[in-house]
Amino acid sequence: MDILTQQLINGLVLGSIYALVALGYTMVYGILELINFAHGEVTMFGAMICLAVIGALAGNGTGLDGGVIVLLGLLAAIAVCMAMGFLIERIAYRPLRRAPRLAALITAIGVSIVLQNLAMLIWGKQYVTFPPLLPLVRYELGGAIITNLQIFIMVLSCLLMAGLLVLVKHTRLGRAMRATAQAQDIAGLMGINTHTIISVTFVIGAALAAVAGVMVSAYYGLAHYYMGFMLGLKAFTAAVLGGIGNIAGAMLGGLLLGVIESLGAGYIGALTGGFLGSHYQDVFAFFVLILVLIARPSGLLGERVVERA
Amino acid sequence: MNERRMKWMLWIVVLALGLTACEKKPDAATGAGGETIVRIGSVSPLTGPQAHLGKDNANGARLAIDEINAAGVTLGGKKFKFELLAEDDQADPRTATVVAQKMVDQHVAGVLGHLNSGTSIPASKIYADAGIPQISPSATAIAYTAQGFKTAYRVMTNDLQQGKVLGEYAVMKLGAKRIAIIDDRTAYGQGLADEVEKAAKAAGGEIVAREFTTDRSTDFLAILTSIKAKNPDVVFYGGMDAQGAPMVRQLHSLGLKAKFLGGDGVQTTEFLKLAGADAEGVTGSSPGLPIDIMPGGKEFREKFTAKYGAIQNYAPYAYDAARAMVEAMKLADSVDPKQYLAQLPRVQFTGVTGQIGFDEKGDIRGGAITLYRVRNGKWEVLETVRGEAPPAM
Repeated sequence: MDILTQQLINGLVLGSIYALVALGYTMVYGILELINFAHGEVTMFGAMICLAVIGALAGNGTGLDGGVIVLLGLLAAIAVCMAMGFLIERIAYRPLRRAPRLAALITAIGVSIVLQNLAMLIWGKQYVTFPPLLPLVRYELGGAIITNLQIFIMVLSCLLMAGLLVLVKHTRLGRAMRATAQAQDIAGLMGINTHTIISVTFVIGAALAAVAGVMVSAYYGLAHYYMGFMLGLKAFTAAVLGGIGNIAGAMLGGLLLGVIESLGAGYIGALTGGFLGSHYQDVFAFFVLILVLIARPSGLLGERVVERA
Repeated sequence: MNERRMKWMLWIVVLALGLTACEKKPDAATGAGGETIVRIGSVSPLTGPQAHLGKDNANGARLAIDEINAAGVTLGGKKFKFELLAEDDQADPRTATVVAQKMVDQHVAGVLGHLNSGTSIPASKIYADAGIPQISPSATAIAYTAQGFKTAYRVMTNDLQQGKVLGEYAVMKLGAKRIAIIDDRTAYGQGLADEVEKAAKAAGGEIVAREFTTDRSTDFLAILTSIKAKNPDVVFYGGMDAQGAPMVRQLHSLGLKAKFLGGDGVQTTEFLKLAGADAEGVTGSSPGLPIDIMPGGKEFREKFTAKYGAIQNYAPYAYDAARAMVEAMKLADSVDPKQYLAQLPRVQFTGVTGQIGFDEKGDIRGGAITLYRVRNGKWEVLETVRGEAPPAM
């Protein structure tokens, strides 16, 4: 039983990271019906920038506490990624606002490749390590072990997601975002500056991605210029699983995907009698996605909620 | 076609045949002192990211050839002088086959190389077809000598021998009764893990879990959690440092008390960097011996550094490979590949790296493995293990 608890904890931590990244995909899709493939790369930049700041501060004998250094790295990552989100939308997508949707999609892939190679030029092909600045504390929980970092990741993700829901549902900005998502032209006629709203959507998504990137690198202890690709793909899958364009769906999809992967890797060997090994965990996750899409083509929460943002 | 043209054609054909017949004769170039020149090939990457290793191999072979020439070689009543023909395969399998064909066309008496397993294996077919003996100083993949070619030899310990040592070490020295094995499903990782599993079972250990990952993963919590349920004493990982390092971190974060063991993919300086404090106490292995422990290591280092600068890695093995080849020629009293190939299995001498002798597959007998453990952030030599001892001759 404690094994199941442990697998659930592993899955929920992983899932909350997926959920944060998935939100960026789903928010942009909700407003522009564009799959922003560069989003995974923004996550990677978040991790890399945080590590660069940490590297500059930790080795210099500034006497700062480890937690403060990580916090500064996180803030720097958020700031840079927000600027990146704004610039990506301004430079790559806004000129194509009235172009066929395929053009924007291909541009998104292009931006992704450019960012990946830019990161490779800046930080090289080597793995970058996350220095052990945060003391690791382990807690027993029903026979399973949960670390302070895992708790921190889950709590911070929940707070950010709750904050986003409040922002979208209960503020003027959120109402403007929902209006833009429903009908961009009409929203414009009602006095909403849709360009600004779209920029804000990208910036919020990028900030969440930066946090997720820092979480991933702290959790696994390393970062790599290529890490954004797989993470982005998984998060996109999570967004589709939950119903793309739906904010609550992205959260649900992310958490579900994390848990499915974790349970899949843990039990697939035993379930198939050793026929499929634990390296099929990704296959297992995509298999579940296919099953869900056959039953509900618009994802778990797609269509149920009319409003998108 | 008239009769005259037919005649001309015939003449051309006869001439061409005659030329090829001439070419097939062994090279009969003569040196300044009246010795017959014999070419020996050395193939390794001399350009690209592995160039330093490739030049190291070529220089190791060159040092041996120079010494042998200085001592003088008389075989079958004739004086011989060896000439090293060093070529670049760029560590690329396709280039390797082109270079191998070039070696065959140049009628080398034998080839010392290639450096990588990935290049040695495709090249070995070309040498086998031409009947030219090949001794690799550094290829470790099991497949190289498992293809059944009579011409493929190596002086480096292979992955099978490494896996055997690791499996036995886990059970006998680490005292592990319950062993969990993870591999990354690559030819290297899976091959090594399979051998560890076999050896550990044979030594009386129990394999309680066999899990798999990929060579691009970073999350191993799920498989480590299910491994934790089996309560192993040792976790072995067959794969590279980029996965091994986060794996050992996650192993500790789950509170797993098992010792972590890896092969030469894990025994790297990159692993120390990536795993940080979690690397402490990890055991890793590497084929071959550190230069300080080799029987002829100190003497070799003096000779080598005086001529070529610092030793990179495999130069002593290239040196021994060259000596093994000439040793076989001496046994056969001939430099003809057909003659001395049959004598290679009988070669027996004490080289720089240890006792040199081959088994029926062409692998080195009693190949050495060095075990290392991380202590204070550095790989420290734990012990060296030799496979089965060479038979007394």
